[in-house]
Amino acid sequence: MTDAAKKKIVKEIHVDLDKCIGCRACELACSSFHAKPRYSSTNPARARIRVVVDDLNDVYVPIRAGDYTPAECTGRHTHTINGKEYRECSFCGVSCPARDLFKEPDSGLPLKCDMCEDDPPLAEPMCVQVCPHDALTYEEREEEGGEEEPREELEIGLDALTKKYGMKKVMDTVARMAVSKKQ
Amino acid sequence: MRYAETGFNLEIDLSRGSIERVESDPAWTERYLGGQGTAGKILWDRVPPDVEPFSPDNLLIFSAGLLLATPVPGANRTTVDTFSPQTNLYSHSLFGGFFGPELKHAGYDKIIIRGKAPDLVYLWIHNDKVEIRDAGHLQGKGALETGALIKEELNAPEAQVAAIGMAGENRVYMATIEHANSSASRGVGVIMGDKGLKAIAVRGTKDINIAQPQELFEICNPMYQEIYDNPYCGDVFLHEDDEGWHVDNFAWGNARERNKGYWNKEREARWKALSDDVRLRWTGCYNCPKDCHQAIKYPGRQTYFQKCYSKLTYCMAAYKELDFNYDILGVTQEHGLDGYSTPQVLAFAIELYEAGILTDEDLPGFPSDSGERFFYLVDKLVRREGVGDALANGVYWAAREIGKGAEDFDHNSMKKFEQLPLKLKMINYPYFLMYATGEKMTITQIEGSYPQAAIADRKEREEFVKNWDAAPERFKKWFLEWEPRTHPSIEESVHICDWNETMHYIDDAIGTCAFLSSFRGQFGGRPPYHLYNLPGFISHATGMDLDPDRLWEIGRRNRNMIRALNIRRGLRRKDEKPPEDHWKIRDPEMETELLDAYYEFKGWTHDGIPTKETLDGLGLEYVSEDFMKRGILPESEPSED
Repeated sequence: MTDAAKKKIVKEIHVDLDKCIGCRACELACSSFHAKPRYSSTNPARARIRVVVDDLNDVYVPIRAGDYTPAECTGRHTHTINGKEYRECSFCGVSCPARDLFKEPDSGLPLKCDMCEDDPPLAEPMCVQVCPHDALTYEEREEEGGEEEPREELEIGLDALTKKYGMKKVMDTVARMAVSKKQ
Repeated sequence: MRYAETGFNLEIDLSRGSIERVESDPAWTERYLGGQGTAGKILWDRVPPDVEPFSPDNLLIFSAGLLLATPVPGANRTTVDTFSPQTNLYSHSLFGGFFGPELKHAGYDKIIIRGKAPDLVYLWIHNDKVEIRDAGHLQGKGALETGALIKEELNAPEAQVAAIGMAGENRVYMATIEHANSSASRGVGVIMGDKGLKAIAVRGTKDINIAQPQELFEICNPMYQEIYDNPYCGDVFLHEDDEGWHVDNFAWGNARERNKGYWNKEREARWKALSDDVRLRWTGCYNCPKDCHQAIKYPGRQTYFQKCYSKLTYCMAAYKELDFNYDILGVTQEHGLDGYSTPQVLAFAIELYEAGILTDEDLPGFPSDSGERFFYLVDKLVRREGVGDALANGVYWAAREIGKGAEDFDHNSMKKFEQLPLKLKMINYPYFLMYATGEKMTITQIEGSYPQAAIADRKEREEFVKNWDAAPERFKKWFLEWEPRTHPSIEESVHICDWNETMHYIDDAIGTCAFLSSFRGQFGGRPPYHLYNLPGFISHATGMDLDPDRLWEIGRRNRNMIRALNIRRGLRRKDEKPPEDHWKIRDPEMETELLDAYYEFKGWTHDGIPTKETLDGLGLEYVSEDFMKRGILPESEPSED
C-alpha cells in the first residue's frame, strides 16, 4: 500500500464557549455511557468531560480528558479573553496530580475521553448528543498521509534506550547479556 | 440496592453539634416518592403543632427530589420544607441549579436540620465527611459572595453552595436561600437564619444507580432536543423582550393599579437594548437544555442571576424603568431577598409614608425619589433597623405592628402571605379555588396544567385537544365546550383545581421543574412531562411499578398529608379566601358553592378537614388517628359532612 492511498479519520469536538449554558448534561451523559453496565449509574465525577465553571466571572469551559501526566506542569498562566480571566488549568484536559479532575473517584486512576468508541459507532459522542445549544459539536474529517505502521513496544523501548545511552552501548549490553545467559 | 435515591438522610442537630447518617425507609418512597412528599411525612412525624417556627424543634429540610441525579432531563429541583413564622403554617419552596444532584452524589437524599447553632456556622458535606464549620467571617456577606468565599477556603471549586444573605441572618421573613442561578423563597431563608446556618456546601463523587438503564436512556435521550425545541416550556416570558403582558396585567405600586398603555414599541426597543447590554449569558440548571436564567452584570454591582418575573417586580412596585430593576436586583439578590414579596413590602411602606402613617421620624432622611426610597428601605429592612424591624415581618404583620390604620393598606396578602400583584375584574372560578385552598402560598405553585383561556375558534380548539397528550380525557371534553368569556361549571372548576395542584405535588416529589411540567400546560398545552409519561421515567429510574393511576394517587396522598400539616396547626375554612380585592366583581354565593363542592370532591369536611375515610383510603391512618385524638375529627364515623 502506498502512502498516498492511506487516509485517516480525524474526530474532533468543537467547543463554543459562548453557547454553553452550564447545564453539565455532557458530564452526566458521559458518566452514564461509560458506566458498567452501560447507563447503569451516573456520576459526573467519573465523566471524561467537565465544565469548568466560575459563574460570578461568567466562565464556562467544557474540557475533555486528555493524557495522564505524573507531574504537575509549571504553567500557572492566566489568559484574558474578551475581558474575562481564565486560568491555564481551565483549558487543560490533562489528568495531573495538581487537581481532582479526570480521575476515577474510587481508584484515582486517570480517565481519558475515547470519543465514545463503540460497535457499531455512535453517530456522535454522547456529550455532543445532549447539547442542543451546540456548545459542543462533532466533526469528522479525512486527513491525507494516513497512519504510520504502529511500532512494536520493544522497538519503542529500544529506541528510547539508544537515545539515552547510544546505539553502541545498547548493543554491547545486549551482547553481554546474551553471553551470560548462555553460561 | 436503592435506585435513583441514595437511601440515606443526613441528620444535623445544630444545638448539639451532632451529625448522623440515617438510612431511610424504602417503603416511604413507594408511598410518597421523595422531595416534598417524604419531607412532609418527616414534618408530620417530628414537628408537633405546638412547635413554634422559631423553636429549635422546628425542622428545616432540604430534599433532593427522587429523580435528581438520574439522566431525566430537567430533574434538578431541591425542595425546602419547614414551618413559617409569617403564617405559622407549612412553608415550602424549591430551587434548581446544581445543589440537589450534588447532594445525591455525596450520598444523601435529604439534609434534616434541627436546633440552633450558638454562633453562625456553615455545613461542609464532602461525601462521608461532614463538618459544622465556623462562619463568623461570613457574617453580613452576600449570598453568592459567600458561596465563592467558601469554595475558595475549602479549595473545592466544584462544591455547590446554598447560602443566605444578610436578610436571612437577621431573620427577615422574605429571606431567600440563594444557590448559583436559583433561589428558594416563601419563608424558608428566615428559618435557616434562625438556626444560625449561613450556608451549606456540598461535594459528592459517588454513583447514583439506575434500575432499568437501557429503558431509561431510550426515553431520556430524545428529551433534550424535544425540550429545547418546545416553545411552550421553560421560562417563556423571560426570553421575550415584549413585556406588554406583564406590565399591562400585573398591578404596579403596592399591587394597586394596572398601567395599560404604558407599553409601546419605543420602550420595548430601549428595554431590549438594556437587557442585551447587561446580560452576560443565558444559563441553565443541571441537566436541562432550557436556559431560564440571565447572568447579569450591572455597572457597579456584582454578577447575579435573574430569573422569572423578578425582572419587573421592583420597577413596577416603584413605578420606575427597567434599569432600576436590574440595579436593585444586584443588591437584593446578595442580601437574599425574595423578588416577589419584597417589592410589595417596600411599596406598602411608601404608601404608609404618603398617607402620613409613617413619618419622617420613622424614616429619617427619607429620599423623595421612589427608586432611592426603595434602596433606603431595603437597607433598613435587611438590618431590621427602625421601621425596618416591622417591615421585615412582611406586610400583614408590619401593618398590625405599625397600626394607625396601616391595616387598611394590607390588601394583597392571603393567609398572612403576600400574593402576586394581580388585580382583575371578574372572579375566575378555578382560580378562586386555587387561591383559597392551596397550601403552597402562591398561585404559581398551584396553577399550570389547564389552559388559562378558552380558544375562540372551534377548529383551533379541536386541533388543540387532538394533540393534548397531557390531559386526562374529561378535560378534553370540557375544553372543547369552553367558550371565551364564560365560566367553567362548578364541577369543571373543581377538577381543574384538582388536576393543576396534583401535578405540582408530583413534580415537587420527584424534582422535575414545573417549567417543564406542572406550570407549563396552561399556555400551549404541551408540557414535556405530564401524568402519562412521568410514570415511565419514574419506573425506569427507580424500579417502582407505576402507572398514571398510581402516580395520581401518590399526588393525592401527598396533597392530603401537606393539608393535614396545616389543619393540625389550625387552618380552617375561614382562612381560605383570596385577597379581598383580587377581583373587582365577586360572587359570594357562588364562592360558597365552589368551596363546598371542592371540599366534597376532595373528601374533606365542610370545614376543609380531610375525613377519616379519605385519609384511611390513602393509607394516612396515622393522620386520622391523630386528628381524632386531638378532637379535630370526631371519634366515630360518619364524619360531619
